[in-house]
Formats: sequence, structure tokens, C-alpha cells
Amino acid sequence: MQSQLPLYPESASNFSSQVDGLMLFMVAVCLFFGALICVAVVYFFFRYRRKTADEIGAPIHGDLRLEITWIVLPFFLLMAMFGWGAVIYVDYRHAPPDTLDVYVIGKQWMWKLQQPNGRREINELHVPVDRNVRLILASEDVIHDFSVPAFRVKMDVMPGHYNSMWFKPTKTGRYHFFCSQYCGTSHAIMGGWVTVMEQDEYAAWLAGSTNSGDPVAEGAKLYNDLACNTCHLPDGKGRGPSYNGVYGSKVKLADGSAVLADDAYIRESILQPNAKIVAGFQPVMPSFQGLVTEDQIIALTAYIKAQKDQPVPGKPAAGEPATGKK
Amino acid sequence: MSGTTTSSGGEYQLPREHYLNASYGIRSWLLTTDHKRIALLYLAAVTFFFFVGGIFATLIRIHLLTPNGLLVTPETYNKLFTMHGVAMVFFFLIPSIPAILGNFLIPIMIGAKDLAFPKINLLSWYVYIIGGCFVLYSFGTGGLDTGWTFYTPLSSVYSNSAVTPAVIGIFINGFSSILTGLNFVVTVHTMRAPGMTWFRLPLFVWSHYATSLIMILGTPVIAITVLLAGLERIFHFGFFNPAYGGDPILFQHLFWFYSHPAVYIMILPAMGVVSEIIPTFVRKPIFGYSFVAASSIGIAVIGFLVWAHHMFVTGEATYAAIAFSFLSYLVAIPSAVKVFNWTATLYKGSISYDTPMLYALGFIGLFTIGGLTGLFLACLGLDIHLHDTYFVIAHFHYIMVGGAVMGYVGGLHFWWPKITGRLYPEFLARAAAIILFIGFNLTFFPQFILGGLGMPRRYHNYPPEFQVLNVMSTAGASILALGYLLPMLYLTWSMRYGKIAGPNPWPATGLEWKTDSPPLTENFRETPEVDWEPYDFVHRPDLGLTGSKPKLPGKLSPAHGDD
Repeated sequence: MQSQLPLYPESASNFSSQVDGLMLFMVAVCLFFGALICVAVVYFFFRYRRKTADEIGAPIHGDLRLEITWIVLPFFLLMAMFGWGAVIYVDYRHAPPDTLDVYVIGKQWMWKLQQPNGRREINELHVPVDRNVRLILASEDVIHDFSVPAFRVKMDVMPGHYNSMWFKPTKTGRYHFFCSQYCGTSHAIMGGWVTVMEQDEYAAWLAGSTNSGDPVAEGAKLYNDLACNTCHLPDGKGRGPSYNGVYGSKVKLADGSAVLADDAYIRESILQPNAKIVAGFQPVMPSFQGLVTEDQIIALTAYIKAQKDQPVPGKPAAGEPATGKK
Repeated sequence: MSGTTTSSGGEYQLPREHYLNASYGIRSWLLTTDHKRIALLYLAAVTFFFFVGGIFATLIRIHLLTPNGLLVTPETYNKLFTMHGVAMVFFFLIPSIPAILGNFLIPIMIGAKDLAFPKINLLSWYVYIIGGCFVLYSFGTGGLDTGWTFYTPLSSVYSNSAVTPAVIGIFINGFSSILTGLNFVVTVHTMRAPGMTWFRLPLFVWSHYATSLIMILGTPVIAITVLLAGLERIFHFGFFNPAYGGDPILFQHLFWFYSHPAVYIMILPAMGVVSEIIPTFVRKPIFGYSFVAASSIGIAVIGFLVWAHHMFVTGEATYAAIAFSFLSYLVAIPSAVKVFNWTATLYKGSISYDTPMLYALGFIGLFTIGGLTGLFLACLGLDIHLHDTYFVIAHFHYIMVGGAVMGYVGGLHFWWPKITGRLYPEFLARAAAIILFIGFNLTFFPQFILGGLGMPRRYHNYPPEFQVLNVMSTAGASILALGYLLPMLYLTWSMRYGKIAGPNPWPATGLEWKTDSPPLTENFRETPEVDWEPYDFVHRPDLGLTGSKPKLPGKLSPAHGDD
């Protein structure tokens, strides 16, 4: 399958064709200039070889027109590279709305992945072809990086906050993924395989899972065990805001600003509750930093997500609808 | 000014008195305040660290011959690449050209007796040695496995290696850089000989001036950054570890705020060396002197504003990433200006094949490849693929080894006759230059392809499809090692047995070539006066190039100068 001397990786995502097009452009421009310099150096080297021992060169001090040319011309080429690269990057950093979300937790030295229905995998990721897939990345210890060369994308996996990355696989097959941020002793074996499947095969694979704990149920249990339920009442009348209908909505904060209640917001509200205070509530919640694992945060988030379609509770104090916060 | 006046063709004698025979004994070296002797102290110490780093590199390349790793355990491999990086970056590349060649040459080039603060100059060497001892202690007692980048929280919490002595060593070593930079800036400002105006300064001095600014402004930041990481490790202060309420991204900002400009600390002096070698062996003025000089300052200034391009995939704000990508492309322009000007200097020159020139031309080729591949990494859309792969390794080795080390070794050959008063065997030296160039490309070019394939850096093993390219790289490295061993041997040999060089063997136009080889302790018998433009061969009958008839400039007219 793999040749002995591969020169370029397989192309298997929406980004790989974009990246490769840009790569080709850059290689062409750089080869041209690299060759120009090399040919000039070699040609001059032989053409103007010293002929007599006491010979000197022509006293040329410079030329303003040439200097301007080789400042301005490269500038425009560089801006073309910059602009093209920025366009791809902006696309990469802004996931489309309809993604299939997979949670990825990196820890020394393994990957734990969790499909939307709760099916869990270790060092394996199954995704359907031609679907937008978003990976929500968290680390339990040091910085890792989730890198899929065949998709031409990677993103650091940071302790302390979520990062996310997205791609649309375009070709079924099995592709390496690597940890590409050095993370300690077994960094090099902290990798695995992405399996891109036909959509119906993926659906069958997902349904046929045996090891799935339902994350919503697990989250509901944690919600009781961790005593979230003493303050975050469903009707919004507790000391903390309700989580009903929160996920995906705009939450109005005490300082007058608003924030989108996404995975990162919910995570932050659990670990650093005072970072963003919902309008109408007091900063009374203790931090759960160190008390919940990344897996548990994902389960709690899944539970809160599942309450997305619940009715939003009535207005707490002053006019604005209180969309809650954990 | 020169004590030796033998005409060309005659046999030269070493001058009766010079800085090497001015006094004898170990005390005369360890307590010297002569910038030339301090340069040699640095030469010994820096060569030692180059050797240490080189041994680590050799072991790394041998280990990577097979996909599962040939030689060492994962723990040991991680220590090898970390210690290779720390030894090479902090104790070889950063001090090499400034502290050895810069120290030796800057006072002579501007017609001064010494640097402005000779005792501080000696102090900087001791500071370097003390810092180096801490780092060697770390290497010897458990080693270091954090990567030379010391990313937190790996370094500050999770690593089980000797991180604390290493960061203390790097903290201390930083002061050595700061003191050297300070000394250079004050010296260039206050001690130039009569007639040595700013625009008559050799480009070597310009590039060291720019380097010194970075050393003074940047080094305190790395010193405090590694110190904070050390404090977090020892006392669990929450600077960078999110579990303590810190932010690992903060560390990266602080680290790269210095460590990107540090790349320019390594490459700018090498550019200065090349800017001296090329006019000498082409025997014509450097093309666009003011553009080459200004581009050094431009690189130093813009170089401070590009650090977060190391962090495009950390999840930094898209807007910030775009700004840093743009600025990174801007810094490419002054570097390109230098390459174009060096190349244009060859036009209508009288080019010789002497060893320093081979290194300078090698530098142009390798630095061009290193610079152009930097454009790939500055490109946001490509960095998401290439970041943290072997492409990065190849790119920065082209800059630091292909660029900085070629410049350093070339400069060592160029000024060796001045430093020792003797010539090295020219044929061996040319052969070594060519071996280095070939070995270097064989080692590092395959790594570009490995990176494009996605092989991550810092891997002690790798998928089998990457083996062929890794074997090629290791084969190249063995040629490269030969290329480094040869100069070590014949340069050492030449110190005693080399042919006497005379004051100006090439001949070159700089002030340093108007004094004896080796120079007096005071550099000049009387304070020199400069009444010539830099790199001017036409109005310099003292160079002995009498029979020459300068070719007409053709279509290109002089942009400045007095002819």
C-alpha cells in the first residue's frame, strides 16, 4: 500500500486539496527564486573567475533601481502567499455549524475519543466520509497536539481549555494520526489511526457499539452526585442559573456583555465559575478545578446539551431572560 | 602601522611581540582583559560545547536508522535531543560568532585598543562558564528531557529530569549575552578611530550592532521566563500550569518573545561575516552597502514582532495569527535584500576560490533554502500541516547550521591568519568546505520531505514508511561529521606548523588587516586614521594590487562612493 519512498502524503480531506494547491504555488515561486540565486552565483563564480593575481573587480557600489525592484517585487509575492494562507486558516479556524462532534482527550500517553452517542475509543477515531467533523480537544496533563497528515490539519491540545479543529474527510481509508507536540517519554507512540468510513457503515458501526455508556445519563448522575442540583434548579429559581435551553444560546452576563454558551463556556463555568457571572446571579459557586476529570466535564456538558430543548425558565430579576449557567 | 613590511613574494616572519607572546602562564589567560585573549577563551569553551552537542546529534542520527530506534530507550532519546538543543542553541550558536569573532575583531575593525569595558568582557566569559557548569551538571545528573523549548507544564510539573539546574544555568548564561551586547554597543558608539564614520563601519560591525540590540533587549525576557518555570517547578507557583491557575500559553509568548529574535542573534553575525568575505574575494565594494547595513537593523527590529508565528496551532486568536503571519512575511524582505546584494556583488568581480569564499557561497545557497522554506512556515494555511514536523527541523537547521555555522566556520578560516598569524593547508580546507556543504544537504534535505509527509519531530520511533529518508539523513550526517572534524584537526595543526600569514594575506580592505598578524596587545602601534571608504580596492595602493585595471562598470553606475 505504502511505497518504500513516499514523497507526499495521501490527500483525504477538504483541506488537503486546499493546502496542496497553496503548497504547489509556494514551491513554484520558491524554486524560481532559489534557482535564480543559485544559477546567478554559479554563473558569476565561473564567469568572473580571477584571472591574474593582482586583478580587482569593477568598482560598482550599487544601483537604486535594482534595490527597489528586489524590495517591491518580492513584497507582492509575499503578500500573495500571506493572503492565500490566511484564507485557508480562517476557514480552518471557523467550523461550519453542522458538525459531527467528537471529544478528544489527550493524556500521557494515549488518546481517549468519544463519539456523539458516547461510544468510546482509544487511539482510534472513526469518522464518516463527506461529513463535517469537529474535534473538541482537551488535555488532562501537558500540551499534546492532534495531527492528521493526510488531512493536512493539526491543533494543539491544551490543558486548561478546549481547542477545536474541523475537517471533512473526502476519501475512505485508514490514516495515521500523531501527537505532534512533544509531551514526554512516550510522545512518539502517542498516535493511532483515523478510519474514514462510508456514511452508512459509520452509522452501523456507531450503533453496534458495545462499550458506550450513555453520556447524558452519566452526566445526569454526576449532576446529582456533585450536588449541582442544589443550586442549579431547572426553573431558574435556585442560587445558580438554570441550564435549561442554555446550550447554544447567548448568555447575558453581569457586566453587560453576552457570550455564546458552547462547550468551552460550560467547561470554564465548572472550573472557573467566577470568570463569567450570569446577569442577576452572585459569584457564589466554588471551583470544581481538580474535582472533575475531563471525561466528567464532557458527560456534564452532554447532559446540559440534552436540556437544550427544555423551555427556558422565566426571567429572574430585571427584564432580561436569564439563560442559565452552571 | 604594520610592523611587517615584507613585499609580496617574500617570506613573512611572525612579529616579535604580539598578544599571544605578551605574557605566559595560566594566570595570564584566566585573568586577561585583552579582548583577543578572551575571544580565544570563548573559542575553547564554545568548541567544547559544540563537541558535546555534536555527540548528542550523532547518537540521535544513529538511533533513527531503524523505525523502532536502534540505540537508546525513549527516555534517553528525549534527553539526547533536548541536550543537543540546549548545548547548541544557548552555548554554541548564540555565543559563537559574537563572543569569538566579534570579541576579537570589533575593536580592531574600528581602530580601538580594546572593548569599552575589558573587565566586564572577562566577567561575561566567567558568567558563561558558570552557566555552562550548571547545564553540564544537569546533563550529568539525570539529564534533561523537556525539549530545548521548556514548554510548560511539561517542564514545570511533569518532567522527572534535572530541569532546575538547567534553567538556572540558562538564566545565568543570559547575563553573559547581555554583557557582551552592552560592551559592543558602547564600544561602537564611543571608540571608533578618527575617520571611522558610521557609514565606513564594516558590515560585520553593523550586524553585530544589530545583534547586540537584540541581546540587550531580548535576553532578560528569556532569563525571567525560564526562572518563572523553575519557580513553578520548585515552589508550585501558578504561572503556567492551569492546575495552579496559570496559563501554558503565557510561557510560549514569553519564551518566543526572546527565542525568535535569538534566531537573529545567531544569523545576523553570520551575515556580517559573509558581508566581509564576499567583497574581499571578489575585490570590489559590496553592492548596496547602505541597504545591507540597514537590513540588519530592519531584521533586528521586525524580528521582535514575529514571535507568535511559533504558535499558530495553539489555538491563539485567528486575528493575532493573521497579524503575526503578516509581520513574519515582512521580515523576509530585509533577508532577501541581503541575498540579492551579495549575489549582485559577484557581478563583474574578480572571484577567487579561497576557502572563506567557498563558505560564503555555501552560506548564500543554504541560507536561501532556509529562508525560502521559512515562508512555508510563516504561511498560516501551510503551517497547520507542517508545524512541529521534520519540515521545521530541516528549515531551522538550514538557517542555523547552513547559515550560522557555515558563517562561523567561514569566518574562522577568513580571520584565522589574523588570530594565529598562520595559514591553514588550503587544499584540505577547500575539501572540508565542500564535504560540509554536501554532507549538510544530504542530512537535512530529506527532512523537508519527511516533514511534508507529516513525520512529527521529537519521535524516538516512526512508521516504517519513513525509514528510507531517515537512513539518507543519517548517511549525510556521517559526511557532515567528517566535514566538522577536518577543520578541527588542521586548524589545530596550523597553530604550530602553519605557514606564516603576514599582516594581510588575502588581501582585504578592513582596518584589522592593517596591523600585524597576530596583532599587538594594544592592536595598533598608533591610533589609525581612516580615510578610505569600506571595501574600496581602487584607491588602496597599500594592498599591493598594482597591476590591476578595474573593469568598467558597464550599465551599472555607482550609487554612492567617491569614484
